[in-house]
Amino acid sequence: MRAPYSLLHLHKDLRLEWRSRDAINSMLFFSLLVVVIFSLAFDPTRAFSRQISGPIVCVAILFAAVSALNQAWARELRHNVLEAHRMSPAPAASLFIGKVLATFLFVSAVEVLLTPLFVIFYNLSALGNAWMLLLGVPLGTWAILVNGTFFAALSIRSRNRELLLPLILFPIFMPALLSMVLAISAILSGDADPALWIKMLAGYDIIFTAISLLLFDTVLNAE
Amino acid sequence: MGAPSWARSLRSGWDDAVSLYFPRIVILLLRVPAIVQLESLSKLYGSFVALRKITASFEAGRCYLLLGENGAGKSTLLRVIAGLLRPTHGVVRVFGEAKPAHVRDRIGYMSHAPMLYDEFSAAENLRYFAGLYRERACLSPEAALRAVGLDPALARPVGQYSQGMRQRASLARVLLPQPDLLLLDEPFSNMDAGSARQMLDLLERQRAQGQTILLTTHQRELAEPLADFILTLQAGAVESLLPARTAAPA
Repeated sequence: MRAPYSLLHLHKDLRLEWRSRDAINSMLFFSLLVVVIFSLAFDPTRAFSRQISGPIVCVAILFAAVSALNQAWARELRHNVLEAHRMSPAPAASLFIGKVLATFLFVSAVEVLLTPLFVIFYNLSALGNAWMLLLGVPLGTWAILVNGTFFAALSIRSRNRELLLPLILFPIFMPALLSMVLAISAILSGDADPALWIKMLAGYDIIFTAISLLLFDTVLNAE
Repeated sequence: MGAPSWARSLRSGWDDAVSLYFPRIVILLLRVPAIVQLESLSKLYGSFVALRKITASFEAGRCYLLLGENGAGKSTLLRVIAGLLRPTHGVVRVFGEAKPAHVRDRIGYMSHAPMLYDEFSAAENLRYFAGLYRERACLSPEAALRAVGLDPALARPVGQYSQGMRQRASLARVLLPQPDLLLLDEPFSNMDAGSARQMLDLLERQRAQGQTILLTTHQRELAEPLADFILTLQAGAVESLLPARTAAPA
């Protein structure tokens, strides 16, 4: 049985990243910078940490994701490989979903590496259901990556694409960002139930994944 | 006793009709079907006219050499036929389809850039692209690489190849799904004479297998022996489309 096209693209992206380590290195650098700078700026106590950690985690993920997204299509543009994809009979949506999955794995790897640093630098312990972080963080990460991959593809023909991407992405991502911040803060402080925000993130993910998959062929073949 | 006059005139009319129309009917019956048809095709980039009302047809199993100065529209024409660009006006039909993108699996397109990943070796690149052409009876990556004169066991990434080797690897990628139509944009650029000759021999074999080749080059003398027809473009318009033997020399 043949693997789906998207897994073929995913495998290719993972191997390319393994050899070049372009995305992982820049993601780690930016997110570490955020963690260290904020910890030095606030000198947080345990209680204060619970209040500010949600936004800081999100900012670190956001920076890591944008850095990965800038790299995501760069390899396809180098030597016009994207045109080879346009000429191939494989569905465009499979290229998109493979790219989102690959970037999701890269960002998730960075998140796993950052978690112990957060605990150490911010003296963190969750008062709510900590396992819900395993829902909230990946759903929020998927939200930014599915939108980001789509808008990065939309802006690849622009000369100022690295500037254009956050400009288009952040306003669209805002509802998901707020849900993610509130969900993480609720889990860490234990003050509120994060279920509503997690459901909202799931809904956001479903809607934007479906829209991106439907429109990606048009974006890929735009002149 | 001779035939009556009405019978003689009928016979003469029949003979005239046969002599006039029979060769045309034979030509029509023997005519190779056109696999690419362009009707009043124009392409504009803003106000710049890249292609002007091009009407031409390209027959199956032939090799067409596209000539013209820089900016004459050769690459744009290939990209329109490949379905990578949409014509601003006019119609392009490839294998009878008004949208070339619908038959893209039957088209092999080689551009100036190699369209390969720098980090992978040629064999790794080809294995990946073979996976995207599942419905086609692809060559094995090793066979495609051997056909263009590259060693399939070469583990070096494409980023470390010479320009000529990249061109060969790029051609191997194009040949991999055994397309019916080959669109080759400057395939001999940055190649030494020996390598270019090998590539020509390979293209000759592809044409003998029935593949149609549209080829742009500035090295006319090199590619002319392969060509059946020479299409000359001038400022985006067709200057001439002539059989190779009757086309004016360079």
